[in-house]
Amino acid sequence: MHNPKDTSCAAVMARKNEILLAASGIDFAKFESGSIAFDYEGMLRSTGYTFDEVRRVQALCGVGNTPLLELRNISALARKLAPVGMGARIFIKDEAANPSGSFKDRRAATAVYHAKRAGFSGVLAATSGNYGAAVASQAARQGLKCIVVQECYDSRRMGQPEILEKARKCEAYGAEVLQCTVGPELFYIALRLLEDTGYFSASLYSPFGVTGVETLGYELVQQCMELAGRMPDAVVCTHAGGGNITGTGRGLLRANCNAQLIGASVNLSGLHMASDGAFNRKSFTTGHTGFGIPFATWPDRSDVPRSGARSLRYMDRYVTVNQGEVFYMTELLASLEGLERGPAGNTSLAAAFHIAQSMPEDAILVVQETEYTGAGKHPLPQLSFARQNGIGLRLGDPAEEVPGESIILPEHPSLVRARDVDIVKMRTSLLRNALQYAKQEPTEVDIAFLAEDTKTSAEWVRETLRALTVERNK
Amino acid sequence: MIQQGTWVTIRCQILDASERAAGIPTDTAATPFMLWVKGTLLADAEIGQEVRVRTATGREEAGVLAEAETAYPVGYGAFVPELSGIGPQARALLFGGGEDA
Repeated sequence: MHNPKDTSCAAVMARKNEILLAASGIDFAKFESGSIAFDYEGMLRSTGYTFDEVRRVQALCGVGNTPLLELRNISALARKLAPVGMGARIFIKDEAANPSGSFKDRRAATAVYHAKRAGFSGVLAATSGNYGAAVASQAARQGLKCIVVQECYDSRRMGQPEILEKARKCEAYGAEVLQCTVGPELFYIALRLLEDTGYFSASLYSPFGVTGVETLGYELVQQCMELAGRMPDAVVCTHAGGGNITGTGRGLLRANCNAQLIGASVNLSGLHMASDGAFNRKSFTTGHTGFGIPFATWPDRSDVPRSGARSLRYMDRYVTVNQGEVFYMTELLASLEGLERGPAGNTSLAAAFHIAQSMPEDAILVVQETEYTGAGKHPLPQLSFARQNGIGLRLGDPAEEVPGESIILPEHPSLVRARDVDIVKMRTSLLRNALQYAKQEPTEVDIAFLAEDTKTSAEWVRETLRALTVERNK
Repeated sequence: MIQQGTWVTIRCQILDASERAAGIPTDTAATPFMLWVKGTLLADAEIGQEVRVRTATGREEAGVLAEAETAYPVGYGAFVPELSGIGPQARALLFGGGEDA
């Protein structure tokens, strides 16, 4: 890396805003109010692409319009386990049909299209997940260069098979992949590369990363109307950084659909995400509570000054499932529906299987994604890897699973459970973080903003802020 | 000797353990921050030597030559017997067929 400027970690991090402004063209400062509130809608509109334009760009890029499939056998099995008259129809949006095999293509398409139109010669994304493959695939289609920076290895240079597979996929699309050891310094590398190369920063949390997913929510409502003659009653989204649920929620609203929006994450409580020792003791690299909870309760912790992904604005309910349950549902999806997909993307399916059992038979529950599977990214290599790393694997009751120590595959489908997380507590936690961020007392504008950011009312925000101030002054 | 022009992987130490970010877990803080990247070797070298490579995007990078023609290690892993009964049990529950469900 050649750079006449000071490239030490401290110097590069100090130039963060300047680097990101050049690499994204978005002047985030423009949307600030000076305190907690900022112009969220204005920021999302700043991409300059309307919803219809995003749809047009995605069609041009081979993205979207994926099939919505009814999971008749999985629904029937859920019904067998449910009280009489209960057990909703489960549909799944087969997002694996996108060019690089996941819904992340929606997030990448407009970002890469925009980068090309704005005259950038390449794009950069910092991610170990499907998003890297999506950006690399779109860059290949649109003739741009691409760099993907992955958090990949522990200090022994041991990497999860799933992440190594993503690296392979990115390289297959012609991208350059930098594979780092565990730690937040990956952001330093990304900034240094952006400064060196002048590439576009295709951050997952940029407005492009969110508006690209609106089409998913919109399409699934249209398809549900066509297939079943009615709107879905509930939609389940795998939740990590928040872009999936935010974009889907916005798409549902655009289609005038008021379905309950449920976020689902894999429970990895107790594992520190930046720990070298814990890195290979988890079998999910995304879609888990290690991202899901911190990003929901404080979205502005990402690699952009203000995140477009604000899950608590749209999420009505949040549940967790255990690793063993997701691997189990991945097996059921293959053996009962003939769809080999996932595993990570099946987090929402595992939750849906249980949630459907408490909904009436004629209700409709949509699982809004699948993702590609293959060597490295499949229950067999991922569970063998877990076993190799000392994780106890057995059949039993997944409720007994301890993240980092065991993975328990349900010995019966009735043991698959979606466990509710207290969403009021999460909303309160967002307010606590906002108070910490604010250098002054929240204004009326801040209160209105926080009510939107938590899908609550100004009264609730005022009351909770009062209680938090008392707590703080204790 | 690895020949110039070979597709190789290099290892770069970006930060020493003493330079790691504040607030990271102690096990991570005790290790250097490393990265690996692939490229075309710009001059003949031995494994373990400091080299320069040209990456897929055309950048030049320096680091220690880790290996030549790195293979992708991904596969389907070992057989996992715990998985093999899941489909049959579910099919038996749904369609019958004498499985003990």
